[in-house]
Amino acid sequence: MQEMMKNRAYALLENGTVDRVLGWTRGEFAYDMTPAVFRNADEVKNGFVYNDFCAANLSKYLVKECRAGGKILVFLKPCDTYSFNQLLAEHRIKRDMIYVVGIECFGKADVEKIKEMGIEGITGITAKDGIYTVSTIYGDKAIKPADVMAERCLACKSKKHVVYDELIGNEGEVVEDCNRFDMVAKLEAMTPDERYEFWRGELSRCIRCNACRNICPACTCEQCIFDNPNSGVSQKAAVNSFEENMFHIIRAFHVAGRCTDCGECSRVCPQNIPLHLLNRKFIKDVNTFYGDYQAGEDPTAKPPLGKYEKNDIEPGEAGGAKE
Amino acid sequence: MQRIGVFICHCGTNIAATVDVKAVAEALSHEPGVVFSTDYQYMCSESGQTLMREAIREHKLTGVVVCSCSPRMHEATFRKAAEKEGLNPYMVEIANIREQVSWIHKDMAEATEKAVILGRAAIAKVHLNKPLKAGESPVTKRALVIGGGIAGIQTALDIAEAGFEVDIVEKQPTIGGKMAQIDKTFPTLDCAACILTPKMVDVAQNEKIKIFSYSEVESVKGFVGNFKVEIRKKARYVDEDKCTGCGLCTEKCPQKKVPNEFNMGFDTRRAVYIPFAQAVPKVATIDANNCTMMKTGKCGLCAKLCTAGAIDYKQQDQIVEREYGAIVAATGFNPLKPDKFNELGYSTCQDVVTSLELERLMNAAGPTAGTLLRPSDKTHPHTIVFVQCVGSRCDVENERGKSYCSKICCMYTAKHAMLIREKYPDTDVYVFYIDVRTPGKNFDEFYRRAVEQYGVHYIKGQVGKVVEENGTLKVQASDLLSGEQLHIDADLVVLATAVEPDKSARSIATMLTASMDTNDFFTEAHAKLRPVESPTAGIFLSGVCQGPKDIPETVSQASAAAAKVIGLLAKDKLTCNPCVANSNEMLCNGCSSCEKVCPYGAITYSDKEFRGPNRTTLIRRVATVNEAVCQGCGACTVACPSGAMDLKGFSNRQIMAEVDAICKM
Repeated sequence: MQEMMKNRAYALLENGTVDRVLGWTRGEFAYDMTPAVFRNADEVKNGFVYNDFCAANLSKYLVKECRAGGKILVFLKPCDTYSFNQLLAEHRIKRDMIYVVGIECFGKADVEKIKEMGIEGITGITAKDGIYTVSTIYGDKAIKPADVMAERCLACKSKKHVVYDELIGNEGEVVEDCNRFDMVAKLEAMTPDERYEFWRGELSRCIRCNACRNICPACTCEQCIFDNPNSGVSQKAAVNSFEENMFHIIRAFHVAGRCTDCGECSRVCPQNIPLHLLNRKFIKDVNTFYGDYQAGEDPTAKPPLGKYEKNDIEPGEAGGAKE
Repeated sequence: MQRIGVFICHCGTNIAATVDVKAVAEALSHEPGVVFSTDYQYMCSESGQTLMREAIREHKLTGVVVCSCSPRMHEATFRKAAEKEGLNPYMVEIANIREQVSWIHKDMAEATEKAVILGRAAIAKVHLNKPLKAGESPVTKRALVIGGGIAGIQTALDIAEAGFEVDIVEKQPTIGGKMAQIDKTFPTLDCAACILTPKMVDVAQNEKIKIFSYSEVESVKGFVGNFKVEIRKKARYVDEDKCTGCGLCTEKCPQKKVPNEFNMGFDTRRAVYIPFAQAVPKVATIDANNCTMMKTGKCGLCAKLCTAGAIDYKQQDQIVEREYGAIVAATGFNPLKPDKFNELGYSTCQDVVTSLELERLMNAAGPTAGTLLRPSDKTHPHTIVFVQCVGSRCDVENERGKSYCSKICCMYTAKHAMLIREKYPDTDVYVFYIDVRTPGKNFDEFYRRAVEQYGVHYIKGQVGKVVEENGTLKVQASDLLSGEQLHIDADLVVLATAVEPDKSARSIATMLTASMDTNDFFTEAHAKLRPVESPTAGIFLSGVCQGPKDIPETVSQASAAAAKVIGLLAKDKLTCNPCVANSNEMLCNGCSSCEKVCPYGAITYSDKEFRGPNRTTLIRRVATVNEAVCQGCGACTVACPSGAMDLKGFSNRQIMAEVDAICKM
């Protein structure tokens, strides 16, 4: 896969279709794959890496790249294409400045899960015939992908690319029997007190590093309200539990109806807070109240929270927490 | 720091009886920025306004807070007074301590505390107020009337008379509405058609009036003076311009079995039809659900017969976009279908009819050519029982009917009783009533004539049961005055069913953003003082859509609505509300969220140059608000993810300052 991608990058740079390539490169550790821009074939040759640790969604980086001018090649996994479309719908990126190569995806490995298996000194990962081979300084280990796959990949909503200029690998389908709302349903079944306890337990770990906001493809504001002293809610660090809760709740409201459920917020959280559950609750509610809607599926679709229809649900009918 | 003056109004005893106004003035005098605080008996009076103006001058006030009634009432009064002293009118804030405090609280300590809190919130807001200047917007000099009954007809005629263009949108194939179905009118007993049809002809002939018949309003955009309306002209499969109304097709169409809705289903019409002889426009309509050609593709007789070549089986619905300065809702009513009143036998006995059905049975142009015959066996009824208040004045919990009085039934029942006794003196007529309500000019005299001169039996009491036995309707009822149970063998029972707003009214109200009450009647801007205006600027109300009323009252209200429309259309420009949205371009993401939610199309985007980091130039897509089009609804301010969009006069900071002031203990 990596070689096929590199070859396409060389070709497209060579024939002048694109000026730069947005992909992944190795970070401090072998499992630490970081988004990177490559300016020429040499940089691609030396730096470009693609393997099952390349989990980062590259769509958001295009906001900045579109402002830098020229045409850029980006590699997008199916779930990343939804974010791409959403950014297009919000005019944050320019379609004619981007060349999208869709890449087939079978799910990405969660290195934390690998480490939990007692595997140390990781130096790489390869997938072949449905088995991961994790190479370590102590030798190779074979693992079943299902055992170490990221939660968001186990609950994958779509293996279909909703946008691309060309495709490497096969085109997949939208996953019809996706179980991504199971945990939300469990939370809904809790009493308000139990639910409050659950969220306090999670959110009390927040260190306000802002990683969730910074990675989120829906959070591309010129100036975030949390950084704007005139907004009335700006803050650097949460002063108390109320502010700890409110930062995440306000953020969930801000991305409601726009979040594609790419799961980057939870992936990057150093405290392992399941932030995606807040967003999924909104997605589930939007589906329930306004009919099924997947943000990013169609960039020309009118978002349910951004339009008004005569038969829209009345606020009183939506219900709320029962005492 | 602002220099704020606070004025507490007693409103006579309206406020002062429940709120300790002196204590409020004292408490608010200690708020930051307050340099003057006082109370007065009537702030809205000439002397109250003078008091305020003198204080502005003397204390060099930069902001004013008036604690009084709702801003809907006197905000404009106080703003004008402040403006006369050179203060920007938008530096005046109202704290509503009447509707929101004194009228809803009984305990003085509690009410006083709340008045202080609301005053404090208004002061907090004034601190952040900025002087605002109102712009102007042009007025489209054309009105739209939705509904072509007598209300819509009168409104349209009066507006056209003043020289303005009017469009009438009527969903039926003809204008005329319910009045066209009525036989005679109370209290003068002149024929409804004789007085209505000349008006219909006037409408047709008036060059200023355009009728969209068989049409419905599809969407409404814009605002007072500048509405854009899409009208759906439903396919009638007949070219309106070519059809001469000769009626040949309506006589020869082989599909004869369609129930005639104009005659309340007592006879049939053809699949191609003109509802009645005096229809306007006099154009045939093909009822696609019953036309053999439309259903099977075989027939086409009407097209062969039509010498004008007007038949067009392929006609499609057409959307017409028109612009208007004002819109009048005249959507009218329907009689309630009494099928929930099983005991009255409407669904089971053919000879139990509603009053509107009786109108057709008595009408010379009706199915029986004016001879009163029972629907079942076409014989003369000799005993007739009228039941009043069917579906009117019901218990609120009783889901069978309405809580309100339908207002017209007492009078039309007296009319029916009198007409029957006049024409068929051998008929016994009983009227069962809860009360007889006949306020109105010559109305009680009319009712008394029915009782005294025509010998109609009025019985205070209710009918409990109607069952049919061998062609006779056995009526069981109670006479509340004598306390007796009555058994009457009747030939015909007539139910005075409640009037209810037309079903289309709710969706029209939604499109017009006009409010409705729980019964789906349109609400007025003020129940007493602005009865023909809706709370939404530029939307006016005419006829029963606002509440039950008879023809004379409908016509007066229709003319009143027309007068209001004329007053609006006569203006060349309207002063805009300066409390409009504006976008902070430094924060704007250009994401179009605001544009999508803007109901007025006031937001546009353009690419602008900005300074980027390291002396670079950045081109960003940013929103611009057209202030003449923005109505200040604020939808964009909540849709904006970055807080770039804000509303002048109601900025996020101002509202947060009010909330903070209220929460501060």
